[in-house]
Formats: sequence, C-alpha cells, structure tokens
Amino acid sequence: MSVYPWVAAYAFRRHATYWLGAVAEAVTNTMFGFVRAWIVLALWGARPALGGYDAADAVTFCFLTQALIGPVQVFGGLELTQRIRSGDVAIDLHRPVDLQGWWLADDLGRAGAALLLRGALPTLAGALAFDLRLPGPAGWAAFAVAVVLAVVTGFGLRYLVALAMFWLHDDRGLQAVALVASMFFSGMLLPLVAFPGWLGTLAQALPWAALIQVPADVLLGRYQGAELAAAYGFQALWAVVLLGAGRALTAAARRRLVIHGG
Amino acid sequence: MADALRLYALLIWTWIRAAAQFPVSMVLLGLASAAVAALDMVGIMLLFAHTPRIAGFTAPEVLFLYGTSAMSFVVADVLLGGTERLGEHVRQGTLDTMLVRPVSPLIQIATEDFSPRRMAKLLPPVVVLAFVLPRLPADWTAGRVVMVPVMLVSGTVIFAALWVLTASVQFVVIDVHAATKSVTYGGAFLTQYPMSLYARDFVRGMTFTIPLAFVNWQPALYVLDRPDPLGLPAALRFAAPAVAVALCAVAALAWRAGLRHYRSTGS
Repeated sequence: MSVYPWVAAYAFRRHATYWLGAVAEAVTNTMFGFVRAWIVLALWGARPALGGYDAADAVTFCFLTQALIGPVQVFGGLELTQRIRSGDVAIDLHRPVDLQGWWLADDLGRAGAALLLRGALPTLAGALAFDLRLPGPAGWAAFAVAVVLAVVTGFGLRYLVALAMFWLHDDRGLQAVALVASMFFSGMLLPLVAFPGWLGTLAQALPWAALIQVPADVLLGRYQGAELAAAYGFQALWAVVLLGAGRALTAAARRRLVIHGG
Repeated sequence: MADALRLYALLIWTWIRAAAQFPVSMVLLGLASAAVAALDMVGIMLLFAHTPRIAGFTAPEVLFLYGTSAMSFVVADVLLGGTERLGEHVRQGTLDTMLVRPVSPLIQIATEDFSPRRMAKLLPPVVVLAFVLPRLPADWTAGRVVMVPVMLVSGTVIFAALWVLTASVQFVVIDVHAATKSVTYGGAFLTQYPMSLYARDFVRGMTFTIPLAFVNWQPALYVLDRPDPLGLPAALRFAAPAVAVALCAVAALAWRAGLRHYRSTGS
C-alpha cells in the first residue's frame, strides 16, 4: 500500500488529538457566524434577491463560510513553512516520496479532522437558530466532492506561499499579503455573488472562489447536471494549475537548497 | 506605576529596534497589516454599495462606529494584545523565566515580540475617522464633542481589560484560548456595526454581561442622538468610563488570581 494514505491518516489522528482546541475554534467561528448572519439579514432585508440569493441562502452562506474556515484554511498557513525556515525540510526531501504529495496527503488528513471538529458546530448552531437552506443526501454528496476539491485548491495556494520561504528570509510579509487576498476573494466578507459589477466577475474567476463560494453554491443547490460538472471543472482547473506551479517551484527549490552538515 | 511604564517603554523600544533590522520586511508587514485591518471597512462599503441604510443607519454613521471600535481595539491590541500568547508561554515553560526576572510578567508578556507593524493597523481607523467626523449628521454640542475622545479612551480601556481577562483564563485552561477570541476579535468585529442589527437578547448580553456595548454603541447613541432600540435608560450612554474602570478591576483580580494559582509545568 502506498505511503500517502498513511500520511493522511496520521495527520488526521494528530489533528483530532487536540480536539478541545479545535472545538474552541469552532465556538469563535459560530459566534462570527451569528454576527455575520444578522448583518446579511439586514442587507437582504433591504435588497431581497441580491445576487440571486434569498435571505435563507445568504444566512446559510455565512455559517458555511465559518464552517469551512478550518478545513480550507482561509487564514493560511502550512507547517512546511517552519520546516523550511528551520531546515527540517532537508529530512522531508530525503524521504523517497514526493514533497508536494506528502504535504498534500498531510493536509487532506488535517482538513478531515478540521471538517469534523470545526465544521459541525457552526452548521448545527446556525440550523437551530436560523432558517438555513440545507439539502438532502444527494446535495450533501455533491457538496462533499466540492469540499475535497476546495481543500486541494486551497492547499495548492498555500503550498506556493510556503515554498517562497526558500527564497525569503522572512515570510511574514508574504503571508500577510496572501491573507488579505484570501479573506477578500474567498467570500469571507460577503458572498461573492453580492460583490458589485466587475469586482464580482473578477472575484468569481479567481482561485479563492473555489474555496468557499463554489462549495456553498453546490450546497445551496444552485447547480444541476452540466452546471455542476462545470463548477467542479472550475475548481479542478485551478487545483491543477496551482499544483502544477507548485511542482515547478519545488524543482527550482531543490536546485536552490544547500544543506549544510551539522 | 511610573517605573512600570518606563520598563514597558524600554522593552517595546528594544523590540522595535530588533524589528528594524529587517526594514523591508517591517514595511511590507506594516502595509499588509493595515490592509487586513482595512478589510472590515471594505466589507462595510460593500454593504452600502447595495443599500443607503442598514438597520436605519447611514454609511457615515456605521463608519463612525467602525472607526471608534477599530481605533480602540488596535490601541489595546498594540499595548496588551501580546497577552494572548500566555498559553504558549505556560506550555513552553518560558513563563517561569519571566517570573524570576525583576519585571512584572504582565509587562514582559505584553511587550514580547512587540512589532511596529501592529501600529500600522491604526491607519484605516484614523483615516476613516478623519473623513467621517465632519460628515456626521450630529448636532455638535460641547458634550458631544467631548464624548468622542472619551469613548475612544474608555473603549481602549475596555478592550485592554478584555485582553488581560481572557488571557487570565489561560492560567486555568490553555485549550480554550481559541474560544476566548470570540470576545476579543469577535468583540472588535461586532462593535463595528450598529447593535440594532443583532437579536435583542444578544445585545442585552453585550450590555450587561460582556460590556462590549460600552465600547462605542452606547456613547454613539448619544453622539448621534438616537433612541436606544432596547429602551435602556439614557444614563447608560455616559457610563462607558465607569464600566471601563470596573472591568479593569475585574481583569486585575483575575490576572492576580491566575498568577497565584500558576504551577509550572515543571519541564
């Protein structure tokens, strides 16, 4: 059996071990979900059917955003960054496995744990307090596929940022820029469908749309048949482009890295 | 007290000089931090791109709430936000090192890794306040003019007390740190909007349990001359300084109790 499922399984176990910390994160996510829900309710009260959403869609979107913050890591970060800084990445590169594949497997395991521990509470609390638009089993299955693609796309983005560490001595500036882009273009502030004019068109074409907006639209049942395939295609396209760029960058980093003995 | 302030300033200056060794990174980080802080403002602008009023409040009025809330929060965050990492110090045993030094551990934790970039976050609220204050539809009596600096100072003190209070929780349970962010970061976010948006029971909780309503909402009702949606007595609009002082007393008690109960991890 390939090593990657084991990497993912152990990452899942490692992240599930600190369940209390993750649930504490979920409490904060839930609280933000409530405040954002009240804000969008006021907006959709003034502008019903804004962006093709009704109030229930918009409130569902808010809680979904909060539920997905953990799994797709909107706020960024990959352990690999610290390993590059400290030089531990040399150990990773020694392993007879692909660096990117190893960390993708690790991230999928982490995302699984985050989905269970940090996704359930905001969704449940939101469903109890508000009128959410949640689908039947087929809708959840379609959503699950979109979430997996979202995690892979998110990993593609974060892997690129992490690899920049090979060239930078202090990555925090870049991390902060990545954070701004990710928070703005993923739909954390408002659903991307409610972004006005060209900004909305641009935001819905960028890779961050694949993180939350597309899975949310799938859950809300806005895509059927061929449209659903096109939505998956959009996510998959960005995932492939980003992972491809990550491969090229990995090759360049390998040539750059000098390991000093010690 | 004067001694504590001098030590605080000295330690901050040390950390600023350390950060200034990487000037490009420091400037980039500052700009990026300002951009992150501005995102909340962009969110408000996006709302008002669709509607002229939200819960009966116009764009300048909501931006006034944003400016006062963000400014108070950032100043408190710059001064005491570092206390959020108390749990890390407990876990790694570095708190023990701090305890044997002849400086208050609160000052050491607050100044640890102090970065000037945090001050860059002041930029968006300062710009917003400068833009919005002359445009507010307020009747600027002397009382209302004085209320603006009073609410900024008491808002800062309330957030500062909340930083210390939530950090004290980490003396007892480290793992719940992330949940206390709903009071600090969550409080910073929810005070940027008029509380008339929220459920009434929630606003009652934010008034009488965690007094976030006094950061800017109650004083702003006075400045903007608005009726309280909950019908609370008008005296509450002037209560912010008293609330701030009371909350500080609670935070100081909690911090001392936490420190007294602290047992080293022993590693």
